Amino acid sequence: MKQKSVAVVGAAETTKMGVIPDLSTIGLHADAALNALADCGLKPSDIDGVATAGISPTELAWYLGIKPTWADGTQVGGCSFMLHVRHAAAAINEGLCNTVLITHGESGKSRVGAGRFGGGGGSSLNGQFEMPYGPAGPPTMFTIPVLRYLKTYGLTEEALAWPAVIQREWAAKNPRSTFKDPISVDDVMNSRMIAWPFRILMCCLVTDGGGALILTSAERAKDFPTKPVYVLGTGESVETPLISQMYDATSSTAFKISGKKAFEEAGIKHADVDHLMVYDAFAHLPLYGLEDLGFCKPGEAADFIKERNTAIGGKLPMNTNGGGLSYMHSGMYGMYALQESVRQMRGVAPAQVPGAKISVCQGVGGMFGAAGTVIFSNEAP
Amino acid sequence: MPPRMLPDPTPETRHFWDGCREGELRLQRCSSCSESYFPPRPFCPKCGSRDVETYKASGKAVLWSYVINMRPRPDMGTEPYAIAVVKLDEGPTMMTNIVDCPQTPEALQLDMPLQVSFSKQSDDISLPLFAPAK
Repeated sequence: MKQKSVAVVGAAETTKMGVIPDLSTIGLHADAALNALADCGLKPSDIDGVATAGISPTELAWYLGIKPTWADGTQVGGCSFMLHVRHAAAAINEGLCNTVLITHGESGKSRVGAGRFGGGGGSSLNGQFEMPYGPAGPPTMFTIPVLRYLKTYGLTEEALAWPAVIQREWAAKNPRSTFKDPISVDDVMNSRMIAWPFRILMCCLVTDGGGALILTSAERAKDFPTKPVYVLGTGESVETPLISQMYDATSSTAFKISGKKAFEEAGIKHADVDHLMVYDAFAHLPLYGLEDLGFCKPGEAADFIKERNTAIGGKLPMNTNGGGLSYMHSGMYGMYALQESVRQMRGVAPAQVPGAKISVCQGVGGMFGAAGTVIFSNEAP
Repeated sequence: MPPRMLPDPTPETRHFWDGCREGELRLQRCSSCSESYFPPRPFCPKCGSRDVETYKASGKAVLWSYVINMRPRPDMGTEPYAIAVVKLDEGPTMMTNIVDCPQTPEALQLDMPLQVSFSKQSDDISLPLFAPAK
């Protein structure tokens, strides 16, 4: 895509965050959408492109009274919204629409108007070749490759504790974070075992919430009341629906492809990056993310985090909202990672990185099934 | 205890599940590029050729990676169990459970040699599980 040809002009999360029993799934989408529209002074009728996952773009458009000329229902899990940003940028550049609304809403905790997890049935690939062996949701699947990763690089389980400890420090600065109290490596290691070697503090939260973004051309973005956050580069890929069939248990091929593409489009080097979000459904995701995006050599991310490079004051602040481990995680967390990147680029994040100009936002979909990367800049083209 | 979640074979995978019922671990191999692959499908995922053959694999594998699920799924009993990925001698990886072995980190060492062991679940379905090689 063309650098800085498209910008985020509206961005907001749901009014409440955490436990929201009074809104259904579609209600959370709408609440976030209305907040994002208010953020940039638009009405639903100003929107001519819609993209969402979890519900269909048809439901979203109709519910808000939008009659779009472009719709995208790409659904590849929690990074779907990164892909929506990428597709929306292409659509706006191609003149398919002018102003795109991307929404997420999920009653992950309260389960109001929510479906069930893993509905593939016994004849799906997952139903035939994984479910018979007893997986009971993401904590027992997404985590499976990690022992191989640890053995390959001679690491201990403590490698999985540091991301949780450092991110809790960021969360303490965020009033909307679910967990804010400091934790130590011992606290993480001694917390309840969920699926060995994963303790509960190495696993994401389960909450309710939503978020929405509004994008338009960089040319039009100048006329909005909000500070434009330009899309500098994007990437996407998909890998496998089966965790047992990753091409390499120690690395996400989809992360590598998506990240490389985004960096090439953006025309930046790693040293140019001021802020990083890596979707952290579990504590190993930041390790894979740092390595597969090229910020660290294979096997070195745990030490990189332990040495406080991603902490407050570090050279690469990461997951500055507290992440899925401490801030919130409704199921498809990618939208919240995007929201934090936008806040950092606007300069309004609760734990603002001083002077940050470039933010990389990395999402994962399914269980190492898909990846999406969006690189933002707050500098005008 | 509810009945165990079992596979529902499709035309493309029927030969694999028939093999398990008959005590054979069946893999597929590309006649063009010799790549062995899993799960079953009627073409080679490496080169796209439809010229593939099914063959009886050795049943030998090593423990590749795993977790021990501390919150058993209701159809899996009440004790913690390992959900494992094994790497077959022929190359592909597959998910399975490890049997005839304590379900502990001490007993379950990565790269330990394993041998397939079929566990009858119904008249149609036997699951390919793996035990420490003798």
